[in-house]
Amino acid sequence: MTYPADIPAPIAMLAELTYRCPLSCPYCSNPIEMAKKETELDTQIWADVFAQAAKLGVLQLHLSGGEPASRRDLVALVAAARKAGLYTNLITSAIGLTQRRLADLEQAGLDHIQLSLQGTDAEMADRIGGYKGGFERKMQAAKWIVEAGFPLTLNAVVHRQNLHQLPEAIEMAVAMKARRMEVAIVQFHGWAMLNRQGMMPTRAQAEEANEIVAAARKRLKGVMVIDYVPADYHSDYPKRCMGGWGTTGLNVTPDGLVLPCHAAQTIPSLQFENVRDKALADIWYHGAAFNAYRGEDWMQEPCKSCDRRKLDFGGCRCQAMAIAGEAAATDPVCIKSPLHDKMTELAHNLSSGDNVELVYRKSP
Amino acid sequence: MIASAAIPVIPRGVRLHEDKVRGNWVLLAPERTISLDAIGLAILQEIDGTREFEEIVATLAQKYDAPAAQIQGDVSDFITGLTDRRILELSA
Repeated sequence: MTYPADIPAPIAMLAELTYRCPLSCPYCSNPIEMAKKETELDTQIWADVFAQAAKLGVLQLHLSGGEPASRRDLVALVAAARKAGLYTNLITSAIGLTQRRLADLEQAGLDHIQLSLQGTDAEMADRIGGYKGGFERKMQAAKWIVEAGFPLTLNAVVHRQNLHQLPEAIEMAVAMKARRMEVAIVQFHGWAMLNRQGMMPTRAQAEEANEIVAAARKRLKGVMVIDYVPADYHSDYPKRCMGGWGTTGLNVTPDGLVLPCHAAQTIPSLQFENVRDKALADIWYHGAAFNAYRGEDWMQEPCKSCDRRKLDFGGCRCQAMAIAGEAAATDPVCIKSPLHDKMTELAHNLSSGDNVELVYRKSP
Repeated sequence: MIASAAIPVIPRGVRLHEDKVRGNWVLLAPERTISLDAIGLAILQEIDGTREFEEIVATLAQKYDAPAAQIQGDVSDFITGLTDRRILELSA
């Protein structure tokens, strides 16, 4: 079979191995309706998907979830991915990782670990993660990860309730000898959408975070790299959604659906195909969901005639869906969107609530 | 400029990889994929974790028939660009 030459091959694949997770973070990017364990792809199918992905051009594989360590066959899955030639990154809360399991993962060829951080102390982390004792277990596992010599990224997810801990989180990452840190202000998709009022940072917090990150990047040059996801509700220009829809990455859900991004199921007009039924390459090149927002033909004004369309591709399709009610609209974050003022007001109102009850993620 | 006796190292978690789909070589690192041109690849292939910067420059100078003094700045810049991003390391 031949494939269209104008569509680039994907570089990265996010494999959501399971939706099960011991934590119940209220900002989880998983869908509200989640597939159950019985429908998860088995080891063999995943191994085949990894081999197909490598052949398709994927170089980087992110093993995520849920909590990927909840899969009993995690070591076998890592081994299969390495055998396929993929760079393997484990995105984990570290709950469920023992010293023994880490040794097995090392043996299997795991390249890198990205550890999530819900807060810099037990009180905050256990409250946000919804798991008492989780912070202590995480810190123990972090020590084992560092001792085993795995390259480490610390991923601090921050929002109105824990943004004051950002400087301390950066110090923790340095102390763990992390080469990389991700500072991600919560993006409002999945469960986070139910918690906008409890988690939306204030504009002052968003601006302070920009300054803290800029200063830390300067101070830590050559020590630790910081990747930063700013608070887009408070921004003037939208994020570069997926680096371009259907150009760079794809996502496979625990039950085998192939998505252009992890939130794509919030766009009701899209239909998704399953690796159980179709070859991954076919889905990537010919799948209707992948082709829906490729290129520029789908764009509306003001994107259509805007010079920035090649920079940010009109922003996030799922956010356009959620706020503008239409996935092909300009991301309302954009200062050129007719909804931008509404977005600013929304961000302000959502961030000024007090003592808002959080809605915790429920595992399937 | 990198010190003559410094030893560039490709650390754990970073790998040279031949990307057969796109027909080039890449450096795979945590959340980063760096496409390499012929020069970048030539430099990285000399980094074996034991040889000093000076020796690497001398080898490349001989291989490409260029004066060491002329290429050492470029090699130093290339390696420094990657050590700043925590992709390569220097050991003394």
